[in-house]
Amino acid sequence: MSSETIVPPKVVLAKPIKSELLTQRVAAARWFLIPMLVALAVVAGWPLLRSIYFSFTDASLTDLYNAKFVGFKNYISWTTLKSGRTIYSGLLVDPVWWNAVWNTLRFAVVSVFFEAVLGMIVALVLNAEFKGRSIVRAAILIPWAIPTIVSAKMWAWMLNDQFGILNDLGLRLGLLGEKVAWTAQPDTAMTAVLIVDVWKTTPFMALLVLAGLQMIPKDIYEAAEIDGVHPVKQFFRITLPLVRPALMVAIIFRLLDAMRIFDLIYVLTPNSSATKTMSVVARENLFDFDKFAYGSAQSTLLFVIIAVMTALYIWLGRVRFDGGIDRCSGVIPRQPPFICWCW
Amino acid sequence: MANIQLKDVRKSFGTVKVIKGVDLEIKSGEFMVFVGPSGCGKSTLLRLVAGLEDITSGQLLFDGEVVNGLTPSKRGIAMVFQSYALYPHMTVYDNMAFGLTLEKGSKEQIRERVTKAADLLQIGQYLDRLPKQLSGGQRQRVAIGRAIVRDPKVFLFDEPLSNLDAALRVATRIEIAKLHEDMNSVTMIYVTHDQVEAMTLADRICVLRDGVIEQVGTPMELYETPDSLFVAGFIGSPKMNFISGEAAAAYKAHTLGIRGEHLNVVSEGGVWNGKVIHTENLGADSYVYLEMGMEEPVVVRLDGNNNYHSGDVVHVSPMEDKLHRFDEEGKPIR
Repeated sequence: MSSETIVPPKVVLAKPIKSELLTQRVAAARWFLIPMLVALAVVAGWPLLRSIYFSFTDASLTDLYNAKFVGFKNYISWTTLKSGRTIYSGLLVDPVWWNAVWNTLRFAVVSVFFEAVLGMIVALVLNAEFKGRSIVRAAILIPWAIPTIVSAKMWAWMLNDQFGILNDLGLRLGLLGEKVAWTAQPDTAMTAVLIVDVWKTTPFMALLVLAGLQMIPKDIYEAAEIDGVHPVKQFFRITLPLVRPALMVAIIFRLLDAMRIFDLIYVLTPNSSATKTMSVVARENLFDFDKFAYGSAQSTLLFVIIAVMTALYIWLGRVRFDGGIDRCSGVIPRQPPFICWCW
Repeated sequence: MANIQLKDVRKSFGTVKVIKGVDLEIKSGEFMVFVGPSGCGKSTLLRLVAGLEDITSGQLLFDGEVVNGLTPSKRGIAMVFQSYALYPHMTVYDNMAFGLTLEKGSKEQIRERVTKAADLLQIGQYLDRLPKQLSGGQRQRVAIGRAIVRDPKVFLFDEPLSNLDAALRVATRIEIAKLHEDMNSVTMIYVTHDQVEAMTLADRICVLRDGVIEQVGTPMELYETPDSLFVAGFIGSPKMNFISGEAAAAYKAHTLGIRGEHLNVVSEGGVWNGKVIHTENLGADSYVYLEMGMEEPVVVRLDGNNNYHSGDVVHVSPMEDKLHRFDEEGKPIR
């Protein structure tokens, strides 16, 4: 019998510290992010903060740096008259501003709706196999590649009431009884702007949707064919649900873009109250009317409206269509407004 | 339930001829395996039968009726794809029921059929899951289940086991064999490049090469009496040894074929001898690779393990009745 006692070997527990590899990775990630963050802070963060700051002052173009802080006066202020009547003034009660908000919303919703529908149709066509597909794919991008100012001027001529080709065609085909001043008349100005924007931006939408369509494996369509699924039903039950994430992202991009529309309207229908959008009105105040602070307040509100709309869109879009299921992991996200970019 | 006939079926993609005239009859309830190297047209041939591709010329008949113009769903077929081809956004249940809801069956009937198929394949507990939440083997079962619920006359498999790992492949192979026993009235066509799958599953094998049929027969017919050098080399594992030159001339053949299991190691004075270049011990049997001056080393298959080392000289004799003799064109001399 041995007298030796068995000594259990000392177990050295691994300390729960960050491994060196992880520390290195985090450090590397920081270094890669810094240039981007700096650039964003300089070109987006600083101007945004300045705009917000100016919106609380009485700044004017002639005297930017001696601006005094005036609180919410640019947004809303009131004076009570001797008669007891209270008169409100400021951005929140400005009918010109609310007209611009309404114009912008109308423009954004209608244009993005048509762009989404047409973009989907174009993408489906481009996704099909036919001869000369690559040429058509390149050609379809032309409207998008033309600078907005150029296409706006081009369309302005086509829509011209005296010399425009559209009036000429309409008259010859008997569709129009008389020449129409498309961009000048208040009742057609918005339609004209919408037509041009849809023409110009549908290719972009189509391209994003096409990218989504190409992610769908071809063989499930063959399985559907064997299952005897009608092509229309294939679209609604297979294509649409599977392309929806790409479509949603495309719509967000377009919506953000449409909410700050400026150049097309500035060129095509200058000074028409039927089409003036938030950006157009804000610029007017900033530079034309020398109401720099007031214009800043409008810019700030525009930023807030876009931010709220985007958050709402993402939140509603996910809850309503997804049943709250996170596409990345199949779990319900804890907080609804949570962008999941691997869609 | 369906007897399938192919009459001089041809298929071209543009100017590329893929199927160059195939005549074949597949009997009702038969398990037919299309086998061949990649690019031989076996998948295309299956897709022609399925109706996923148009037949360029020739006739395809189901029970004596020409079905060239019929859509896949009207042919009464079901197909299992190599990639599973499940609808990624639908649950397992919906994947299986999707084809049925279209046939306007009552909901209870559909539920009954799906549940029955799911139980048969032991995927009953996964009916609410999405395909991405399943393993490869489970996905393949769902794909098979989706085919079963359609109650097809013809069941088509396009390399269904290629994406599975080795162990799962064997298990699923056995399940498919069982399925064939259970559904013995259903004609099955199975495409594979794996000759082991072909040998184990098939009632008859159709060996394809370069768009034409090389040979059709039962697995044993192909193993014992191959109609060409190609079939001889393709069927059986390890590959049949080919011996040419003087050694073959002694047997009045251009090429001699002898399988590794039909070579006996003799101590002295064998018909041939060669130097060992490599050995593989698999436990139950073992392979010895001999350098005999041929294009490829000659493989000898031995029972149990062996103790040969590289450089050893080994004498072998073929079992005379198992020798295959081929002429210059690769046709057998019998």
